[in-house]
Parts: sequence; C-alpha cells; structure tokens
Amino acid sequence: MKTLFFIALVAMSHFFVAAQECNNVLKGQVTDYHSKLELDDATIFIIENNRETKTNKNGKFRFDDLCSGTYQIEVSHPECTTIIVDVQVQGTTNIDIKLEHHLEELDEVDVVGDAIRNKTKSAQEEKLKLKTLELYSAGNLGDALKELGGVSSLNTGANIVKPTIHGLNGSRVLILNDGVRMQDMEWGDEHAPNIDINSAGSISLIKGASALQYGGDAIGGVIVMEQAKIPVKDTLYGKTLLSGVSNGRGGNITSELTRAFGGGWFIKGQGSYKRLGDHEAPDYILSNTGVQEIGASLQFGKNLFTWGWDARYSYYTTEIAILRASHIGNVDDLIRSINNGEPEIIRSFTYDLQNPRQEVKHHLGKLRFYKRFEGLGKLNVQYDFQNNRRFEFDVRRGEEDDRASIDLELTTHTISTDFKWDAKEDYKLQVGLLGRYQDNFANPSTGVRRLIPDYNKYDLGAFVTGEYRVNDQLLLEAGLRYDFSQIDADKFYRTSRWEERGYDQEFQDLVVQDLGTDLLVNPVFDYHNVSASFGLSNYFQDGSNLKFNYALAQRAPNPSELFSDGLHHSAARIELGDLRIDSETSHKFSASYHKKFDHWGFNIEPFANWISDFILLEPADVEFTIRGAFPVWEYRQTDARLLGVDVNVEADWLSNLNSEHQFSLVKGTDTENNGALINIPAANFRNKLTFTKPQWNDFEVSLVSNYVFRQNEVPDNIMVFSPEQQEEVLLEINTPPDAYHLLGLDSQMKFPLGKSTVLTTALRVDNILDIRYRDYLNRQRYFADNLGRNIILQLKLNY
Amino acid sequence: MKTIKLLAAFLLANLVFVSCSDDDSSPEPVNEEETITTMTVTLQPTGGTAITLQSRDLDGDGPNAPVVTVSGNLAASTTYSGSIVLLNETETPAEDITEEVEAEDEEHQFFFVTTGNIASVDYTDQDGDNNPVGLTFDLTTGDAGNATLAITLRHEPKKPNDGTLSDAGGETDFTETFNLTVE
Repeated sequence: MKTLFFIALVAMSHFFVAAQECNNVLKGQVTDYHSKLELDDATIFIIENNRETKTNKNGKFRFDDLCSGTYQIEVSHPECTTIIVDVQVQGTTNIDIKLEHHLEELDEVDVVGDAIRNKTKSAQEEKLKLKTLELYSAGNLGDALKELGGVSSLNTGANIVKPTIHGLNGSRVLILNDGVRMQDMEWGDEHAPNIDINSAGSISLIKGASALQYGGDAIGGVIVMEQAKIPVKDTLYGKTLLSGVSNGRGGNITSELTRAFGGGWFIKGQGSYKRLGDHEAPDYILSNTGVQEIGASLQFGKNLFTWGWDARYSYYTTEIAILRASHIGNVDDLIRSINNGEPEIIRSFTYDLQNPRQEVKHHLGKLRFYKRFEGLGKLNVQYDFQNNRRFEFDVRRGEEDDRASIDLELTTHTISTDFKWDAKEDYKLQVGLLGRYQDNFANPSTGVRRLIPDYNKYDLGAFVTGEYRVNDQLLLEAGLRYDFSQIDADKFYRTSRWEERGYDQEFQDLVVQDLGTDLLVNPVFDYHNVSASFGLSNYFQDGSNLKFNYALAQRAPNPSELFSDGLHHSAARIELGDLRIDSETSHKFSASYHKKFDHWGFNIEPFANWISDFILLEPADVEFTIRGAFPVWEYRQTDARLLGVDVNVEADWLSNLNSEHQFSLVKGTDTENNGALINIPAANFRNKLTFTKPQWNDFEVSLVSNYVFRQNEVPDNIMVFSPEQQEEVLLEINTPPDAYHLLGLDSQMKFPLGKSTVLTTALRVDNILDIRYRDYLNRQRYFADNLGRNIILQLKLNY
Repeated sequence: MKTIKLLAAFLLANLVFVSCSDDDSSPEPVNEEETITTMTVTLQPTGGTAITLQSRDLDGDGPNAPVVTVSGNLAASTTYSGSIVLLNETETPAEDITEEVEAEDEEHQFFFVTTGNIASVDYTDQDGDNNPVGLTFDLTTGDAGNATLAITLRHEPKKPNDGTLSDAGGETDFTETFNLTVE
C-alpha cells in the first residue's frame, strides 16, 4: 500500500513539474522567535522573480500565481535580522517564518566587525572598537584601555601595564577573555594581564561591579574582551597587520584567518609575534627593557541561531626584561637611585633580554555550548581550563642566572552555566552557577623562599540578574550574587616571623610541623561574599539619557594579601601579608548623564565608592637584615572612600573636523586615618582633534594632547635609618613626580587593492616633543624617565 | 539528543580533569643557598691577639636584626691585616660564601667607610683586572679614641671606581657598621 502511494506521489509530482502550472499559492505568517508575536510590516521578497509583499497586522502574507518549484525568499523586518529561506512551492504552500527580534542580541547575528552590545543597562560602560585596538597592535591591553575615561594604569616600565579603573587595579579588576575569567596571578603589582591584545575583536569596560554575571568581586570594574562575530555563511576572510616601532627598534606582526560555512560551521586561527629591544628615554637607553611576545589561538565550532558550540584554545607567552637599574640591594641603594636622577646602569642598545626578567606562559582552553529554547530563552554551559606558569629571574650570585627565583604554576578549572529568559519584551531574567577549582604550585627548586605558597582554592557562585522595562523611557535592572570561596594553603613561616606577627597567639593550631627555624602551617580559610546591584536608565523626551547604579561588592583577600612574606628586590622592600585579613566590602554609587545636541554632545559620570575593610599595602616599619635596612610594607585593612568624575565632550566643528575632550579625576581617602590613599591616579585631561577627508582614501589625522596633573594627595614619606649615612634619613618613596604634557599623532589612509582586499596604512607618533617625564603610577619612577618619542608605522591588509 | 550527549561529554571531561589534579602532599622546604647570614672579619696584628668583628643574622630577611659582636679593642697606631669570611649558616654544615665571591671577584667589591680614629684601610687583594676586591685588607689605627668601620659588599659595582659607594653603584649584598674603640 505504502509503495503504491509512493509511486503515485512520484508520478504526480512529475506531472506537476512537467506541467509548470503557475497557479500555486505561497502563504504564511511571520512571528517573533522569542515572544511568538506576529510581526507586521515584514518584507517578503522572492529572489527568483523579484516579487515582493508585506505582512499585515497579523503577520500574514500571501503570494498568488506562482509556478511550482523551489524558491529562495528573503524575509526582512526593520527591527529584525534578515533571513533567507528555501521553500518548495506546490499547490497551496504554507510556511511559518520566525524572525530574531532582538537587534542588540548579536551573539548569532550575521555581522562581522565591531558591533558590540552593552553588558549592563545602568552602569558606566565604555567600549573600545576594533579600529582603536588595532592601533595598539604592537602595544598592550593596558595602554589601549587608557583611551577610555576613568582608566589609568599601574606600570612597571613600559611592558608591564596593569589596567586601573577609577583608581583600583589587580584583583579588583576582572578580565573576561572571550567569556573566560583570566586567572593569571593578577594579585602581583608587576604582573600584567597575560593577553595578546590582537586576539580581541572588541573590549567593553564596566566601571564597577554591576555586571554580576561575571563575578561579585569587581570592586574596580570589569574588562570584557570579545571575539568578532562570525557570520553564518560560506566565506573566507582574514587580515594581517604589520607594525614597526621606533622606540625599541622592533615591531609586531599579527595575522588571522576565518573560514565560515553556510551550515554554521566555522574555524578561525590567529597568531602574533612581537619583539622589541631596549626602550629609550629622551636622554638615555633604558637598559634591559626589551620584550618578546607570542600569542596564538584556534577556535572552531558550529554557530546556529537555535544552538551551537565552540571550542577555543589560546596560548600566550611573553618574556619581559626589567630595567636593570631597578634591581637594587637595600634602602641605601634606593636612596641613591632616587637622588641620582638617572639610572645607575646605562649600556648600549641591545635586543638581549637579560636578568632581571620575567617569563610567563598562559594556556587557555574553553568549550562552550548553547541552546535556545523557543519562546523561552537561552542556555549556556561552559567549561574552561587555564594554566599559568610564571618565572622571575633575578640578578643572582654564582652560576644561577638561568635559575628562576620565582617559579609558580597556577592551574584553574571552571565550569559554569547560565540561563537567560529573554522571550518577553519588557523583562529579562538571567540565572547562573559557577564552580571553580584552582591549584597553585610554588616550585621549591628555586633556592629562594616562596613568596606565595602552595594552595588549593575552591569557588562556588550563584547569581540572578534581571531587567524590567517599565515603559519606553525607563528601564530598571537588579541583581544578586553569592560567592563562596575556600583557600587551603601550605606555607612555611620562619619561626621568628610567626612570632613577630603574633600568629603564635592566634593561629598556633594551624602549625603542622615544626622544623626548628621554620614552621609548616596549613591555613584553611572560608569566605562568604554577597554582592548586589540595582540600577535604572531613563531616556528623556529631549533624547538625553540618565543612568544610575548602586553596586554592593565583596572581595575575598587574594593569596598575596594573605601570605606575602619576603623581600622584593625591585622595590627594596619587605612585603608582608596578614592571615587576619578578611573580605573587603564596597558600596559604589555611580551615575551617568548623556546629552547630544546637533553639533556637540557630552557625557558626565560622577561616582562615589565607599570601601570598608579596604585592603592596602603601605610602608609601616623598617627592618634590618644583613643587607642593610629595608622598609616593611604591610597589608592592612582600613575604610576608604574614592570619589571621582569622568567628563567627556565631543564636538563637530566642521563636517570634517571634530574634537573630543576627556577629563578624569579620582580622589582616594583613608577615612580611618584621614590621609591620602597610595597609588591613586592623578587627574588627567585628554584632548583630541580629528580631521577626516573620505575623498582622499579615507584620510584621517588626529592630534592628541594628554595632560597629566601632579598627584598632590599622597601618603607621607617615611624616615629610615641609613647605615651608609649613619643617620635617619627621609625616604622619598611617596613624593610624586611633576605634571607632564604629551603630544601624539595618529593618521591613517585606506587603499582598495581589489574586490575584497583593502590596505590600510597608519602612522602613529607618541611623545612627539620627546619630553622627559616620570609618572606617579610607574613603579620604576625612582630609577628612570618614561619613554621618549616613539614612531609606529602600520600596514594592515584585509582580505 | 545531540545536545544531551554533548552536555554529558562536557561534564564527564570536567570530572576527569578535576579528579586527577588533586594532590594533598605537603610541600618541600626551600633550600636557601644564596643567603649570607654571617660576616666574620678577623683583624690580625703582627704578634698579639686577633680581634674579630662579626655580624650574624640567622633568620635572613626575617624580623630579627643582625647580632653584632666585637671581640675587643684595637691598639692605637697599629696595622692589622684584615680578612673577611662570609657564611650561610641556614645550611648544615654552613656554606662558605667567601669562595663564591672569590670565584666572581670581578663582580664583587668590599667597601670600607670609616669615621673617628682609623687612619686608613687599604686593599691587599686584586681581581683578574687588577681592581681591588677587599677580601683581605690592611687597617691602620690612629690615636686612641672611638671609631666606626662600615663594611659593604656590593654585587656588580662599577669597576674600577673611585672607592666610594656612590660611585660604585651596584647592589648591596651585605652591609654592617662596627663600633670600635682604639686604645
């Protein structure tokens, strides 16, 4: 029976096709994928015969008098993504078409490039687009982020740049690298993020802890690096970017290639290599400041609207030479360096990377799966793995130069899942869970006492965030998160230190083994942290936008704050953690008001951050060792207040001449002692004048001026006994350098070299006037000037 | 169905990863090979008893300050031949660091800064480039009275230098000031 029916069907269809009767009907309905609402005014276009119609109020459409056969129809709607569907028309054919009705939901949308959506709706948020990132191809993440208001950096020379948001850095700033929270020993002041800036498609910066989906401890903020979206179509494209850098006499090359298929499959590879020799200050060579960096990543997966998965592996390694003159022996050496005004060791230029230097390797693997449920939302599941290995090589006696003084290996496994209900137009809800295991291994074969001990760390987190659209103008969002973390360390203390800290009174039960002069201790500490966020965003009739956000964040102390115990040669100081340190709690209020007029616009963003039990590292005491006197820097907790404002003004003077003006100010106060906080960035004022002439091969030139004020609010200097001078002397470690003004230039032009190949040339000059300056937030300011003039020439080929 | 399989694979992979990386063995103590804990200076007059000056800090960079001892008073207007021994007493038996300094004498130099009644301190040894090292020296006292002798070992100083610490630069490996009485 079945067979017979089949034969009949085949025969019949043959008959229809042969007859080419053109009285078939195609009708259907277009609905929103999430809400299932009918979409009116959607355009249905039949590519084969150029016929077009629109849907009515009920989302319905109809074509009459079609010949039978297969057609490609294009369905578009002003608020939706255009799709193309194949349809077989025979007799009266009925199809249901579902459109993706969220333009901001760009996860799976068919665009390449730098379209970025906001991570939060009410927090202060800024973005760096691919175009800006590319200018920093031979630089680093921290420098690129300084283009944004409220961002500064804590530097150790020019190669180690830690992003600082509203005056906070390190463990208070989370970095999300393609959905993976970086675990790269961010607790060290001289540890830069282990990320190749060329691997990012765009960067969003959230100034505060409001984006609870990423973590509850982002008291400073969150940096979200994302990959460019890969289109769901058959295509092959790539780019190669070559930069030559005058200061350091080297350069950078980066290349990437993406292959995508219509079925959603894609594969993308990227690699970069950077090599610079010694940098130069205006008057001298900064001996031993070269760098080598290699980054590579491979990503593949299947990327459909309804479901998909992807796997990514990235590798990053860098070798950074540290200014030779900054490696010193004791406080007298430091006093001498401060008084000299010029580094003690200036050699001729070399590409060699000698000691002191750092060598870091970071592996990151990620597997992600997502599935979208019709009329409901989207489920994400992710597993990621990170391995971070850090070597620090010191200037050592004997044949020890190739033996690291610090050798740490940090391994992290994270599994996380979240579900987002986004079917309804007026509210969205997201819930998520996270589990993380981390293992730190400090290799004892260094022959130097461990600065950071072996530890295991366990984290569990859960969050819920939601947003509610009250009306077209007003949107509310709120979130709540809980994090548990446990740290289980095995640490050797000198018995003398254990007693001097008073730990024998409070923590004697943690001692596992007494080795005479040393004690093996096993501290296990639990932390329970709650974070919350509430905010609103309102659009006024005149087009201006007001946002307000309150974020409560708690952060557990990092291993450095708890366990640091040793001598830092680069700073000639003994750093001591404290086992008694508990979580710090921040209450941050921020607002942002944005208004745009015909020819200009402005954005003003004030904030106030009250942090109770703020953890900070400050000089407290002096200790004598065989090497002489050393200031002791101790971690302690206090109450702090950070107040500040970022102002941004943009103006169009002529059709091809515009300017941008940015001002940022942060004031940090230790409210318990009523003194200034250490390492708070000075106010800065940045101005940029841009001239564009699209007719001249998209010619664009900008003059950039950056004025950094002197930081007048610093903690007091300390008195130390100098064995060399046989008296108490003032150690000017907190004296800030003078204000400075730098001029820079950016220019670029584009040359089409074929149908899909474009060559872009760019010229960038930093510190045009080659002025001498030192920056308060550069840890090497005691030893040497910052970089002099730097000319960067870039060639970019898109194909 | 595919979805579930993939999910299961995920979880399984994670389980395997986590379970195999758990080790609870306690860490080994670090063998601190480079630390200098003790400097002993022997001042030998021609005939008579040697005077020893010692600075000893058994907890290294720990909180305890070095213990400084001087075995006796110096005689006025006398020349002593001095020698320096450096030890790392955190190891048993104590490691002799003097040998390391000798082996790398081009990269090391002792500096002597005096106040009061010490007439002179002169180097009596040289490195391969004929620059002074200071492991041995002659110290000549002046009239009776008080004196201080500060001894500093610098690693990678500028060599040759004018004999002052500020001109030499480098990093301080060891420094101590001894209070002496000349009688």
